[in-house]
Amino acid sequence: MTTTPSTTSKAAPDEQFDDLTQQRQADLMGMWIFLATELMLFGGIFTAFTVYRFAYPEVFAEAATHLDLKLGTFNTALLVTSSLFMALAERAVNAGQRRKTLAFLFVTIGIGVVFLGIKGYEWHHEYTEKLMPILGLAFEYPGAHPDRAEMFFNFYYVLTGLHAVHMSLGLVTLSVMVVFTWRWRDPSRLGRQIQINGLYWAFVDVVWVFIFTTQYLLRA
Amino acid sequence: MSEAAANQASESYLSRGWRLRDWLFTTDHKRVAWLYTVSITAFFFLGGLAALVIRLELITPEGDVVSADAYNQLFTIHGVVMVWFFLIPSIPNTLGNFLLPLMVGAKDLAFPKLNIISWYIYTIGGVFTIAAVITSGVDTGWTFYTPYSTQYADRAVVAALTGVFVVGFSSILTGINFIVTTHKMRAPGLTWFRLPLFVWANYATSLVMVLATPVLSATLILLILERMLGIGIFDPALGGDPILFQHLFWFYSHPAVYIMILPGMGVVSELITCFSRKTVFGYHGMAISILAITVFGFLVWGHHMFVSGQSLYAGLMFSFFTFLVALPSAIKTFNWTATLYKGKLIFSAVMIYALSFVGLFTIGGFTGIFLASLAVDVHVHDTYFVVAHFHYIMVGGMVTAYLGGLHFWWPKMTGRMYPEIWAKVAALALFIGFNLTFFPQYLMGYAGMPRRYQTYPEDFQILHVMSSLGAGVLAIGYLLPLVYLLWSLRWGKRAPPNPWRAAGLEWRTDSPPPKHNFLEPQTVTGPPYDYDTIDNK
Amino acid sequence: MNDEVAPYLPEVEKGLHLIPTQATEHAGQLDHLYFALVGASAIILLMVVGLIAFFGFRYRAGNKAADRSNLPSTRTENRVEIAVLAAMLVAFMGFFAWATTLYLDSYRGPEPAMTIDVIGKQWMWKIQHPDGTREINAIHVPVDEVIRLRVTSQDVIHSFFVPAFRLKRDVVPGTEKTAWFKATEPGEYRLFCAEYCGSFHSRMLGKVVVMDRGDYQAWLTRQGSGQTLASAGKQLFQAHGCSGCHMGKSNARAPSLDGLYGRSVALDSGEVILADEAYIRDSILQPDKHIAAGYEPIMPSFAGQLSEEDILRIVTYIKSLQPGDWVKESVKENEGESR
Ligand code: HEA
Ligand code: HEA
Ligand code: HEC
Ligand code: CUA
Ligand SMILES: [Cu+2]
Repeated sequence: MTTTPSTTSKAAPDEQFDDLTQQRQADLMGMWIFLATELMLFGGIFTAFTVYRFAYPEVFAEAATHLDLKLGTFNTALLVTSSLFMALAERAVNAGQRRKTLAFLFVTIGIGVVFLGIKGYEWHHEYTEKLMPILGLAFEYPGAHPDRAEMFFNFYYVLTGLHAVHMSLGLVTLSVMVVFTWRWRDPSRLGRQIQINGLYWAFVDVVWVFIFTTQYLLRA
Repeated sequence: MSEAAANQASESYLSRGWRLRDWLFTTDHKRVAWLYTVSITAFFFLGGLAALVIRLELITPEGDVVSADAYNQLFTIHGVVMVWFFLIPSIPNTLGNFLLPLMVGAKDLAFPKLNIISWYIYTIGGVFTIAAVITSGVDTGWTFYTPYSTQYADRAVVAALTGVFVVGFSSILTGINFIVTTHKMRAPGLTWFRLPLFVWANYATSLVMVLATPVLSATLILLILERMLGIGIFDPALGGDPILFQHLFWFYSHPAVYIMILPGMGVVSELITCFSRKTVFGYHGMAISILAITVFGFLVWGHHMFVSGQSLYAGLMFSFFTFLVALPSAIKTFNWTATLYKGKLIFSAVMIYALSFVGLFTIGGFTGIFLASLAVDVHVHDTYFVVAHFHYIMVGGMVTAYLGGLHFWWPKMTGRMYPEIWAKVAALALFIGFNLTFFPQYLMGYAGMPRRYQTYPEDFQILHVMSSLGAGVLAIGYLLPLVYLLWSLRWGKRAPPNPWRAAGLEWRTDSPPPKHNFLEPQTVTGPPYDYDTIDNK
Repeated sequence: MNDEVAPYLPEVEKGLHLIPTQATEHAGQLDHLYFALVGASAIILLMVVGLIAFFGFRYRAGNKAADRSNLPSTRTENRVEIAVLAAMLVAFMGFFAWATTLYLDSYRGPEPAMTIDVIGKQWMWKIQHPDGTREINAIHVPVDEVIRLRVTSQDVIHSFFVPAFRLKRDVVPGTEKTAWFKATEPGEYRLFCAEYCGSFHSRMLGKVVVMDRGDYQAWLTRQGSGQTLASAGKQLFQAHGCSGCHMGKSNARAPSLDGLYGRSVALDSGEVILADEAYIRDSILQPDKHIAAGYEPIMPSFAGQLSEEDILRIVTYIKSLQPGDWVKESVKENEGESR
């Protein structure tokens, strides 16, 4: 790598890097690789799910009808919208617009919270319907073959739960970004950070689309 | 740094900052490497201690030293500690951490903070597991097979799984760090095919870490939830499939065995070239083999399940790919041998380690081929033949390579030379002790001695006694370096920047290197291992 | 060994046999493959070690006389690598083919003379013979007969391992696996549990007793077995209410099972499946997995209600039914009624 000073900004790179371009590329690449690991993580669970989906197709299809398709669809729409706002926030920060960045970040976080709220409501609903086969709770499944259906719900909770954990982490880092944007110390650095957060947020979104498809939509 | 000091000599990364927090909050990759070295050494001796008790128990056919449950906990601790807390992090996180930035001419890894965080994650996860295992015991074996681990084994299974899960993140962080560093931070002129093989090996290892570890995490999550929340995914009573767990587990754990050998292969390539004063035979072939092993390594996991009841055709495919994955290893073995051809061989302690590696790895690899041969595996699966196979590769191969590398780079890391004579004595003791311990295990394995047995039919006693004797020799062999390396820290001769006249960027800087590795930026103009030029200077 | 298991330790195998007794034909064939592998490995290992020793001596740094000029060019190196690759590939494919053939043979056995059920349980082996004889940790079989084993487990995974037969099969709860052997030498052979299964894994031992035909018959009579598996299965079939649906007396419409075994069954999903043991077993434990065409999926699962032994008995009973058996039976009964 050359040591010619970067032209994009006067700010200095971290000490291990020669220049800011190098640092930006390194950061992005790091995030991409991290997302690859996340993909493998969810991939492992989806694989297990697929195996059983093929083993008990009818039971799983029927069990899926006990999920709330309307809320699920609404949540999907929400999440896609939030990704849009996240992208807007990235553009705003690169254009040096502090207020807009803040606003877009707030909207993103807001939508994220609503998403989790709805998800929580769904879980609660399933809990009252006694469709939560965990922690020894009563599981009273109205359809045929409750034991196989239990397996479906197991996957449903594992997948949506793990997704919710990822969402929450994303919300935490986005909140940190809000604080940074508020202070507006080093805009070019902030731009990199928000871009990386955006990648993560988009990933969480994509995972949700997979969850939505496999859990809610595969009903027949 | 004052002008005067800068002119005299660079200030080494060790010379300043000896308060506790200068170490615990350091981001210098060289210091993090030391933190790792201390942790994994502790874990190694802990795992070794468990092995010694196992060997003590197996001297007699009866179960007279420890109880049956204690024995099962011992081999579980031994396997878990040795695999996850020692061997996987061994070379990458110590030598790799120290050398990778030096070898590519960088000031540090791409993400120094992640690096130290990864050490914390590793150490906390490790200590947590050990505490859980020691206080309440886990007896599932390192493979955690269901339904035993979910429904029948009591005690601290969840705690142990959590520990392993957490330590996985440290692997992932290290992997990300290495990959990005190799891609983005190479010195000008250091093209991919000028990289030392050690860098190639660590790069490939990182790929495996990044792609395979998350699958283990997913599996462990399912297992933990199954045990804790009572969900049933592997439970046959719910229509779940216990074999699915084995598929997921080995999907990680087979590639993981290449995490446990590739770095060793990298080290040995460096050592052999240096002490043959010659470039490596078939550099391109060596680098491509490393990648081939990485890729094919993902296609063979089912060879651990030949008798578990997967379909015959699955077994057939897995066997076929297992044969294929051995081909690049064969290339490497022959290339190391051919590297000696027309060299100027120096039989230093380091070289003895390197050559022991080649011999022992070859034997371990051969027997891997036995295991890949379907019909043979049916007979020797889950016997001591398998135990001998993996110890030959993991201990005879990887641990030997690790020790060899530690000696080779010791002067660079510490600025001190170790006592050569003692190092030779230790290397020979380890070679002999090792074969005495594990060769008899091949014999008893084919004779039908199952593994994970606390008691056994008397006929096998003589072989077990030999094996236990060997373990005693090994213990001495491993204690020796511990003692003389520590000794050398204080009393060893001071090391010049390049005591072996070795090639490679890491030797162009002081021993020990300054904080930012090099005083001026490095450029590379030629291929690696250019010993001709060095020797004819 | 411990006293608890001492009675099960076979006597004949005393002494260390690095190559265990060859008590089946397969054992002999496998050992040939093993020797070939050992031979090939030894040759290559000697080559590698020999070369290291030779180069080590010839090109030691002190030896100034050695000719070190004319190092191989990159081209030569590549050629050597490709040659090695090709040679290894040929050798490997040879071994692969050999080992795979033996493996497939050892799975797809010939027509068995009898089927013995083996049930693993922490920490013992339970054995059921077709005539109903039961034993624990020992299997008596006649020599020179093809014996088929149906193996399954009641709790965790175990593994059925008889070194003298070079035979091993994991015993997995929830599924039924088969294995076969034909012992050629009378004698007693060790049976180990090879898959780790908890505290007393190393004490889960047994023996296979291979006897001459005559001795075997004598042994059987001595056991004075009560009931055959099939007739025990028939009783269970009635006791658990299977007959209620399947034998047509109630309103539930369920397929009749006589002659089912070995037939092709059309499924609701449109597939056609062979009614083998695994199918019958699945039908009992997971009825929803395959629904027979034209029937409602009303059959309840019997998982958890039938022990492994009972399942095997019922399966044996259903297997024993010939086409038309039930019709004959009901005719007989009707005659009784009308009289
Ligand atoms: C670092 C670790 C490591 C490495 C590198 C390997 C490498 C290999 N392993 Fe091993 N293996 C383990 C660690 C490792 N293994 C462990 C831990 C287990 C047991 C896990 C458990 O159950 O607890 C295991 C188990 C195991 C099994 C399952 C056994 C069973 O449980 O029944 C099999 C089966 O195929 C196998 C095969 C191989 C093969 C073919 C290779 C190949 O990659 C080896 C290639 C190398 C060579 C072949 C040598 C060099 C080649 C030549 C000099 C050329 C000439 C060679 C010939 C003509 C033969 N291994
Ligand atoms: C990296 C991996 C690694 C390493 C280095 C080792 C090292 C050793 N192993 Fe291990 N082994 C495994 C990985 C490893 N093993 C695995 C994965 C299993 C399978 C577990 C399972 O079945 O689940 C296994 C299983 C295993 C068994 C089979 C148990 C059974 O199936 O019943 C045996 C038996 O002999 C054994 C022996 C040894 C010995 C003698 C050493 C020696 O090389 C160790 C030598 C080291 C020392 C002797 C240390 C010296 C220490 C002291 C002198 C004490 C001083 C103490 C302090 C200062 C605290 N191992
Ligand atoms: C409530 C009624 C009912 C009871 C009780 C019942 N079955 Fe069934 N069985 C059915 C029906 C209906 C079918 C066909 C649909 C299907 O394949 O699930 C069936 C199918 C089968 C089949 C597959 C037959 C084929 O032609 O594919 C077998 C084997 C079987 N049952 C065995 C048993 C055994 C053994 C028991 C007792 C332990 C039993 N059944 C109890 C109703 C019943
Ligand atoms: Cu049963 Cu081990
Ligand atoms: Cu493997």
